[in-house]
Parts: sequence; structure tokens; C-alpha cells
Amino acid sequence: MTEPKKITTPLTDEVIKTLHAGDSVLITGPIYTARDAAHKRMTEALARGEGLPIDVKGNVIYYVGPSPEKPGQAVGSAGPTTSGRMDKYTPTMIEQGMKGMIGKGSRSQEVIDSCVKHCAVYFVAIGGAAVVISQSIKKQELLAYGDLGPEAIRRYDVVDFPAIVCVDCYGNDTYKDGLKKYSKE
Amino acid sequence: MRNMDVKEVKMAVSKLCIQSCCDLPDEVITTMQNATINEESPLGKEILEIIMKNAKLAKETDCPICQDTGLTVVYAEIGQEVHFTGGDLEAAIHAGVADGYTNGYLRKSSVDDPLFLRKNTGDNNPAIIHTTIVPGDKVKLIVLPKGCGSENMGALKMLKPADGVEGVINFVLETVRIAGPNPCPPITVGVGIGANMERAAELAKHSLTRRMGEHNPNPKYAELEAEILRRVNLTGIGPSGLGGTTTALAVNIEYAPTHIGGLPVAVNLNCHAARRAVVTL
Repeated sequence: MTEPKKITTPLTDEVIKTLHAGDSVLITGPIYTARDAAHKRMTEALARGEGLPIDVKGNVIYYVGPSPEKPGQAVGSAGPTTSGRMDKYTPTMIEQGMKGMIGKGSRSQEVIDSCVKHCAVYFVAIGGAAVVISQSIKKQELLAYGDLGPEAIRRYDVVDFPAIVCVDCYGNDTYKDGLKKYSKE
Repeated sequence: MRNMDVKEVKMAVSKLCIQSCCDLPDEVITTMQNATINEESPLGKEILEIIMKNAKLAKETDCPICQDTGLTVVYAEIGQEVHFTGGDLEAAIHAGVADGYTNGYLRKSSVDDPLFLRKNTGDNNPAIIHTTIVPGDKVKLIVLPKGCGSENMGALKMLKPADGVEGVINFVLETVRIAGPNPCPPITVGVGIGANMERAAELAKHSLTRRMGEHNPNPKYAELEAEILRRVNLTGIGPSGLGGTTTALAVNIEYAPTHIGGLPVAVNLNCHAARRAVVTL
């Protein structure tokens, strides 16, 4: 394994262009949480001609629905959820200026094409490594849709959040590469 | 006849919810340690190490291994000599789940109406309860929290008897390939063969209550488990689906008699956090 690349948010095109599928990264800075229900609301708001509750320009959205934090904890267990459920909404979010996503699992060709067209990147975090990941989340703040509970939009301030570049802005996909390399069928 | 207050069941279920979500059974860790030695992908090895470190940290800090603490599947094997007192058994199980998920800081992931409202029920109720009546005066409770990343990748197919063993193997492999990284490999592959449509699905889920490392007592089915495991690990999916030779830790098959014209097969995948907790009252 090569040393992980340290990157900070918000992401610039210049940084995104240095990231390649399979690279390990440590992310520092603010990231924003949203999953199915929040994405549905955000795209419905856009369809009505309204703005988004957060400015997504240059920002990274983390697909996560954490467990409740215990007293004294910054956040509960907070590993990634399956990204594919957000595929339907993602091209719209990327068009709004979102530059990065963190989740787990494969993305649709539309999402990959959108990453290439708008210079965006999809990171994967290790599914089910929720306690390890939580240690990199130092602070959280509720920003919108509080009624959604674990599905609300929050800002996480993260330091050295561990992730792997999955879909880079050149259209490469680590899942496909990994399968090709290790399949013995 | 043995009287048992349902409060005892409630308290046991509450405890099992927390234990299953925070404390991965030792044999799962041991199986993963062995898999790490043989994993061919350096990244895959590293991922397995992180997954094991995570399980250790979860246990030490009493935090859920994964934020998705699932829908709660509860198996209650009730001795026919037991007489429940003090209230309704199912209500006690639901109350135990609500108690465990609230006091254990576990995520409540259950929504009431699945299609229109999708409002969170707030206490992870209702549990999915499977009761069976068995001889004796004991009550065995198994709690199996099941997240949706893996549950969403399950599948069922009504095969024809002529499809035979190869048909079963191919359907399981096809399900695993389609699932790819989504169920958080290395997975446990639960397979239910026979009976009818709903029973096959139940068998597949029930097979996930098996202690890792145990095999089907019928040598033919145990052999089939080994063969499917071997072939699943040739797919290349690997840890977290990022490529490698450890795609599954175990394949568990349960089977039941079926109709002369049928061969139902259900596949229920479990993530690497093969969570379960058991108690006998």
C-alpha cells in the first residue's frame, strides 16, 4: 500500500484531477451528510425552483445515517451506506456544483459520466467500519431536515477521514478494476 | 409446566439487541483472521484488518459495529411446557427491542408504511418474530439484527427440478455477482432450498443464525456449502468489493422437503458483521 494522500475540503478541480481510482486518501475539513430521504427533498426543492438548504458547491456529501451519539461522543457509529440508492439524484447534485461523494457500493453509468463531465469524484469508505470512521469525525452540526432523524443533513468536521478513490474524474472505477484483477472465473 | 413472566423475555431481548450490535461473535473474528492470511489482494488484507480492528473497538467501547443496526429479527424457540404470564409474548419482544435500541444508542431504522409515508416508528418496532414450539420447558431466543445493505441484495427463484445442483449453484453465484460490493463483503451466504416460496426465504434467513464454522449435518449439503464457498471466492469481488479472494466467509444451506414439481431457492446475504446473539431462558 502506498501512503494515503491527504486532501482538504472543499475540493478544487485541480485536486480532483490528481486523484486516481484506487488511491487511498485522508480527508480533512467539512463534509455534509445526506441519504435517500434528504436527496429526495433536495431534488424536489430544485424541481419547484427553490434553492438547496446547503451550498453544495465544491463540497463533499457523505451518504450516512449514524447511530445516536452517546453522551460525550461527537457522533455515534457512522459508516457509509449504499450509494446506489442515491444514483437517481446524483447527476442533479453534481450539476449543482457538488464535487465529491463518500459512500459504498457501485454507481450507475450516469453517475460515472457525470463525474467525468463535471470533474467530480466518488470515494468509498469501508462499509461496516463505523467505529473506526467515527474517530475521524470531530464535530457535527444539524443543518436541515431535522425531522428526518438519522437521515437529516448535518455538517461533519472531519480530520483524516479514511477513504479510497473509487470513481475518478477520468471515468475509472476501482470496483471494475479490482474484479478484473482478482476474478478467477 | 413452567411459568415464565414475559418481563423476563423483554429484558433478555433488550440485552441481546445491544450485545448483537456491539459484540461480534468470536468465531466470526477467527474466521476473518484465517481469511486475512490467505487474501491475495494487499488492499483486501488491509480492509480485513480494519474490519477486525473496528469489531474490537466496538466491543471495547460498547458502540455498534455498524450504524445500520438493522431490522431486528427475533427467533423464539418455545418449549411447549412453558406458560407465559404477565402479558402478551409478542408485545414483550417488541418492548424488548424498543428498550434495547433506545438504551443501547442503536439506530432506529424501521419505517411504518413502506410505500407512502415511510415515517420512522422511533423505536425500531416492529421486530420480525419467528416462533416455533419445541419440546421441553426452556425458551431459546436468537436476535439477528439485519442491515439493509445486505438484505437488499437477497433473491429468490423458483427453479425447476431439472435445474438440479448446477442450477442452484448458478443462481447463488449470480446473486452474489449482482450484489458485488453492496452487501459489505466478506459475506455469509444464506441459502434456503426446497419447501415453497415463503418457506425457502425463511430457511435462507434462518441459516444465518448458525454459528460460523458449523456445517449442514447432511454430508451432501455440507459438501455443496464448501463447493459454493470455493466458487464464490473465485468471483474476485473481495473485501469491500474492491477486489480480492475473500468474498465470503461461509455458505450456510438449509433445506426442506418440497413439491414434486418444484425447486425453490432463496439467497439471503449477510454482511461481514455476522451479528447474532443467543440466550436460553
